[in-house]
Amino acid sequence: MTLLYRCAAALLLAGLATAAEAAEIHEHELDNGLTVLVEEDHRAGVAVSMLWYHVGASYEHRPITGVSHALEHMMFKGTEQRDSGEFSRLISREGGEHNAFTARDYTAYYEMLAADRLELALELEAERMHQLALDQAAFEREMQVIREERRQRVADSPEARAFERFNATAYMASPYRDPIIGWRHDLARMELADLAAWYERWYAPANATLVVVGDVEPEAIFDMAERHFGAVPARAAGSPPEGREIDTAPGKRQVELTLDDARVPLLYLAYNAPSLATAERPRDAYALLMAAEILDGGSSARLPARLVRGEGIATSASASYSAVVRLDTLFSLVARPSDASGLDGLAEALRAEVRRLRQEPVGEAELQRAVTRLMASEVYERDAPMGRARQLGRLEATGIGWRERERFEARIRAVTPADIQRVARRYLQPERLTIGRLLPADDGEA
Amino acid sequence: MAARHLLYAVVAALAAAAALGTGAVAAEEAVAPEVQRWQARAGAPVYFVEAHEVPMVDVAVVFDAGSARDGDTPGLARLTARTLDQGADGMDAGTLARRLEDTGARLSTSVDRSQARVHLRSLSEEAPLAEATALFRQVLAEPTFKEAAIERERQQMQQALRVQRQSASKVAERALYEAMYGEHPYATPPAGTDEGLAALDPGRVAAFHEAHYVAANAGIAIVGDLERAEAEALATRVLDALPAGEPAPALPEPPAEPAEDEIRIDFPATQTAIAMGLPAIARGEEALEYPLRVADQVLGGGGLVSRLFRAMREERGLSYSTASRLHVEPVRGPWIVRSSVKAERTEEALSVLRSEIRRLTQEGLDATEIDDAVRHLTGSFPLALASNSGLLRQLSAMAAHRLPADHLARYIPRMEAVDPASVQQALDARLDPERMVTVIVGPDVEATGAEPE
Repeated sequence: MTLLYRCAAALLLAGLATAAEAAEIHEHELDNGLTVLVEEDHRAGVAVSMLWYHVGASYEHRPITGVSHALEHMMFKGTEQRDSGEFSRLISREGGEHNAFTARDYTAYYEMLAADRLELALELEAERMHQLALDQAAFEREMQVIREERRQRVADSPEARAFERFNATAYMASPYRDPIIGWRHDLARMELADLAAWYERWYAPANATLVVVGDVEPEAIFDMAERHFGAVPARAAGSPPEGREIDTAPGKRQVELTLDDARVPLLYLAYNAPSLATAERPRDAYALLMAAEILDGGSSARLPARLVRGEGIATSASASYSAVVRLDTLFSLVARPSDASGLDGLAEALRAEVRRLRQEPVGEAELQRAVTRLMASEVYERDAPMGRARQLGRLEATGIGWRERERFEARIRAVTPADIQRVARRYLQPERLTIGRLLPADDGEA
Repeated sequence: MAARHLLYAVVAALAAAAALGTGAVAAEEAVAPEVQRWQARAGAPVYFVEAHEVPMVDVAVVFDAGSARDGDTPGLARLTARTLDQGADGMDAGTLARRLEDTGARLSTSVDRSQARVHLRSLSEEAPLAEATALFRQVLAEPTFKEAAIERERQQMQQALRVQRQSASKVAERALYEAMYGEHPYATPPAGTDEGLAALDPGRVAAFHEAHYVAANAGIAIVGDLERAEAEALATRVLDALPAGEPAPALPEPPAEPAEDEIRIDFPATQTAIAMGLPAIARGEEALEYPLRVADQVLGGGGLVSRLFRAMREERGLSYSTASRLHVEPVRGPWIVRSSVKAERTEEALSVLRSEIRRLTQEGLDATEIDDAVRHLTGSFPLALASNSGLLRQLSAMAAHRLPADHLARYIPRMEAVDPASVQQALDARLDPERMVTVIVGPDVEATGAEPE
């Protein structure tokens, strides 16, 4: 069997050589400070425009949590030139898909259109970058919508409620502890003036990145961006607020919740860890990424193989490490026990897997398989222009920079078993751990 | 109409460019996407689009083996599909997963009411593709369905049912299908039922596999970096592993009247989930399908521009998400409207939803609304074909319904032909508010306690 693996892996190298041949990225900066990135993908006659404002929930504080997300909603409510909803009607009539998303480090607006109609998206985005009309009546209605959104996403989901509390505990000094949608009491008191101030402070061209991926010519996009965004006056934007987690181990924490509306128990474990933006060296972040991949990168990885299939104590078990964020992050494990009484045993089994990462070097075949999975994923990623635009925008908005994408493959391949052991010993240790338990009030058998 | 025809030419060219990958087809060559179709073993149709830009290949095999075939054990179809890759031809699940991942390939299965789909995504390099294909064949044709694997997957499905019961909208969806379809197989939830799952064993799963995972009941979709001859060889390799078998029998017609027209379920939450629907349209009823698609786009399918979005969200702040969707199935699939609203405003929301539906049936759509919707649906069509994943989705649907090769090419002209009269005719035929079921899942408002944070 070993021979076959090696054979397949070696043959694979020829195919994966092309993974590195991703299209070149073209960069241009306008006089007002807006950065424009263009990646060509000429196969489909389609283009994606994504405008990233470098502001999100991690820029907020109480009692204005949720203000970035509320402003995102109001960006569809009309400008000095256009009525509420006109943006959406115009894009829709041209066959476009569009929406927006708010995260901890950014707020992004996208349109996907036939490539020859892309200019409409740039024109409309440029308008709402500096000429947004913030209307009191529309704001009041939209805050009702946002409160419904919070009910739908958080209040009526026992898992989301538990996760919100867990998250607020796992992050100690970081603004990542606050929910992106905002705490309920903050949403109840939010005022239009909060949004206006936020818009004024952060929606400046120098605090934004326009990413275009698709069937376009970079020079033509730069001209188009000059034509529309060139009219946006330069303004000073705030600088990203500091929010590093405390450096020394914060101590082991536990959160346990018994919820009436929960039917199934759930277990969260998270270790405070640096991100790609905050790690002393990128190598540490890549080693953590590989550690997560070893635990849960595919169906053959350790958590599915040992906890779901082997011992069968979990019905699902996953690991993740969010490397591309601005501040310190979490290395997380989430699992569901096979039976309601098994939470403690499952927590112990997950910790045993983490201990094993600290104590034993990862085997060569296992590491190679993880690299193969990641490199194949890079090839598959090329199928989706939307995904590529997201990748570039996230790297820019988190301060890591889009050039990291060009280094990704080499850095993944450079990770050694010793690196994984070293970061596991340093970061995946009990004083950095938060354990969250969600328990149904009635053993989940109702 | 002139503007529309010009648009058609441009869009069709874009669609063609998507399929051909050249990006340089002249606008006047209003040709169809280059879908190749041929009959393979036991009449199984194969649909293929060459896409050489990314060195990858997607193969999906669809079987008429969805939950409509569950019989008296709801959950059977999904349990079968989930257990396919949990051991085959002497390999256990771990060995299979390791061998597959060593090639860089991914395998996934999914089951809805009308089909089971098994999807392989591989690099197009010859050696890893050959190894991945060999494993794919074994998963399709020689799954072992060991007792332990069945038990594990069953347990996961049972737990998933309990997770569903945490969600008012999931509870509403289940109740809606039961009420719309009564004794018809579409009433069966793909996720199964407690009783159905409890009754399953390896023998029943193996028997379901033997009857349904056969060439005569299969269709194949292939998109990727292959020549026609390579795609043919790939399809043959996959189908040769399967017995010829028989196609699944045709499904019965859904009932003309729902079992109940309004169902209220008490549920602890801060919001009420509302689901409304009725069986509306079957594949092949093209004269009705396209006008109904346009009507659905205007009513609630069009995201941020639909009537329901404006009435429920923009004008009244009643809801974060309200949408409609038309499901075209082998026999009449449902037209469904869904919303989640603050519990205290449930009655107001119901009356808004009902009046929008009534307005649609009574007044139809005006020419401007139709024009906007058709412009969107035809203009966004190339977007759906812009990636290999998107093409595979389209080809899988074509394979499941055994559609002609020019199905995609005919999409735009059929949309273009929709006018106020055809919309009104389709609505008269298929949207009778009297036959609509309404399901309301939420708290008894009088007894609502404190809102959680």
